[in-house]
Amino acid sequence: MQSALTLLSWGPEGWLDDIFYGAYITVSLALATLPLGLLIGFFVALAKNSEEPTLRLAGNIYTTIFRGLPELLTLFLIYFGAQTGIQSLVKLIRPDAMIEVNSFVSGMVALGVVLSSYASEVFLSAFRAIPRGQYEGGYSIGLSGFQTMRLVVLPQLIRIALPGLANLWLVLLLNTALVSAIGLSDILRQAGIAARVTREPFLFFGLATLIYLGLAVISSIGVRQVERAVGRSEGTR
Amino acid sequence: MTLATTADDAMPVPKARAWTRERVAGTMLLGLWAAVFAALAAYLVAAWNPELFSRWAPAYLSGLGTTMLLVVISTLLGAILSVPVAWGRMAKNPVARFLAYCWVYFFRGTPLLAQTFLIYYGAGSFSGWLQEHGLWFFFREAWNCAILAFTLNTSAYQAEILRGAIQSVPKGQWEGAASLGLHTVQTLRKVIMPQALIVALRPYGNEVVLMIKSSAVVALITVPDLMGQTRLAFSRSFDFQTYIWAALIYLAVVEALRHGVDWIERRITRHLKR
Amino acid sequence: MRISKLLLAATATLALAAGAAQAQDTLRIGTEGAYPPFNNLTADGQLVGFDIDIANALCDEMKVKCEFVTQDWDGIIPALQAGKFDAIIASMSITEERKQKVDFTNKYYNTPPAIAAAKDSGINGVSKEDLAGKTIGVATSTIHYNYSELTYTDSTIKGYPTSQEEQLDLASGRIDAINDDISVLEEWLKTPDGACCHIVGTITPIPEIHGPGAGIAVRKGETALVEKFNKAIDAIRANGKYQEINAKYFPYDVYGG
Repeated sequence: MQSALTLLSWGPEGWLDDIFYGAYITVSLALATLPLGLLIGFFVALAKNSEEPTLRLAGNIYTTIFRGLPELLTLFLIYFGAQTGIQSLVKLIRPDAMIEVNSFVSGMVALGVVLSSYASEVFLSAFRAIPRGQYEGGYSIGLSGFQTMRLVVLPQLIRIALPGLANLWLVLLLNTALVSAIGLSDILRQAGIAARVTREPFLFFGLATLIYLGLAVISSIGVRQVERAVGRSEGTR
Repeated sequence: MTLATTADDAMPVPKARAWTRERVAGTMLLGLWAAVFAALAAYLVAAWNPELFSRWAPAYLSGLGTTMLLVVISTLLGAILSVPVAWGRMAKNPVARFLAYCWVYFFRGTPLLAQTFLIYYGAGSFSGWLQEHGLWFFFREAWNCAILAFTLNTSAYQAEILRGAIQSVPKGQWEGAASLGLHTVQTLRKVIMPQALIVALRPYGNEVVLMIKSSAVVALITVPDLMGQTRLAFSRSFDFQTYIWAALIYLAVVEALRHGVDWIERRITRHLKR
Repeated sequence: MRISKLLLAATATLALAAGAAQAQDTLRIGTEGAYPPFNNLTADGQLVGFDIDIANALCDEMKVKCEFVTQDWDGIIPALQAGKFDAIIASMSITEERKQKVDFTNKYYNTPPAIAAAKDSGINGVSKEDLAGKTIGVATSTIHYNYSELTYTDSTIKGYPTSQEEQLDLASGRIDAINDDISVLEEWLKTPDGACCHIVGTITPIPEIHGPGAGIAVRKGETALVEKFNKAIDAIRANGKYQEINAKYFPYDVYGG
């Protein structure tokens, strides 16, 4: 049996480079998913906060579905289902085209819709925390609906929603581990391969867990910085 | 699909509403959803295969049973374990506070899937040592490993729910109870917990929903839950409807639970409504 | 929310379509990478094994560039159908069940299934009675799983994602026996991990379950590709390339009768 040191070395003999490549994939996937999920989540929250019942219903159907399905199932549905669906659509236009929605894009879309359904709840409760008077004040000084949203509501919204969103970032980071099941070479998949090949599951799953923990620690520090920055901007006003 | 939120939309509409931009957008989106559901229904009807259904229906049922049993057992065990952890989080003793903090941080800061793999395959590589110490009988079974991983994981989340709920009760309540001569345990039981549990009900409900959803990973360590049966059915039949069935079952269970929590919440907060 | 999602999907699709159009004459081969000695990954992330060498030899013969894609076993046929690759060369047995979804080439090898068990397990044969009351580990979505499920009705069958995981659990004593291809079992028994165990016997293949051997799977209706592969298999069998690869991995002929 090789020593743990060799197994954890960088290069062709060891697995450290492979696992750090996995960490790179995990972080890029989470970073790519975040803006997508927040953007969709914001619009879903707008719909759910609307006075228009049809919009509210459409938004509620969205969150009911994507908060109710296991993330792993959503991943499979998108990975296998969306590919086949898009493929048959494209075939109508260009019969010879071969479309590939790779596992990164599938993972991004699946984690993005899950994130957005949770983010919409956070945004929604933040919307409700902003008094009506803020909108009315905006309108009374002659701002349009869009301007009121951008200049008056949004800055407060972000501050109120920030703790909830920070929590969602951590959840997103953990959920990325599921993409290992659709073949994306993230931390957990790389660790799993290493564990199988070297027959050292404890070593490699332990290492993977520690890397996730490290990412969580870095995230907490980052979140604290952002919160402090946002808090400061409030104080100086 | 039924939605609770439609209930408060059912206000009488006295006059025809104008076709605002929002209403146009909302109607279009609803139309889109209707199209999606219609397509799904059409697909399920067209792909309906009685042979496939009768072959896998019992497997799905037993898978659902496994999922629910796993969630119930580990949520209950996690609830018990969360009490000392929550106590540690609020303790004056810095060592207890630090340990509880680490506990919560570790289990909430790493993926449940990684924890499950670590316990299951990790225990496998120490089977010799575990046998010597008489622990192997426990770790030998994938089911026990799954229960352990899920219990530890949910204990961290539940500890935070419990702590948040207890701390949400204003300090004055403690002081009031103290001035009446109640000691700490009495205060907790008679004054704080009844108020805290109202606050905690919804987060607890959410935690159970999260447990149901994340239990889908246990199939990866050979526990035949609903997701495991689904993957088996899909890999045998290569028929995509097997995944759709699972999606409908999970949605039904989660929605039922959510409505149940709503109902309980309405009942126990009746005294708070004027 | 819908629109942004659609836009995103559209841009992603277009970008990928452009990428796919450039690489027309490369053939993408799907394989599992967890089935030594047929296909597995090394520490530096390289795919190696009998399947990989055969695939490369076939691609040389067909004068196309081959690109390997690794995919988990239980999603490998859906991934082929979804166009994530063009052919599966991953020791996939030709069965009637699979033929309903994909087309197969002729076999490129055929080795019998077998059962391995711990040396102290007291299991002495492969019959239903020999394994009654025992726990058998098998990789799901394989002919071995189907066989075990049908035959060993008095045993507990546990499904694993890959063969390597069932081996880990047999070595640690969680399960009593595993059912797999004999070449895979023998390869594993040679490792330090396999010291615990031995082969208790081979299973007589049942044609309806085990089929005529391992073939290359392509999407349904791609008969031209099947023909190309069949010609290439015949060619490497004739020019000695096949025998060379065979000898590199096995001391016996894996092509079978």
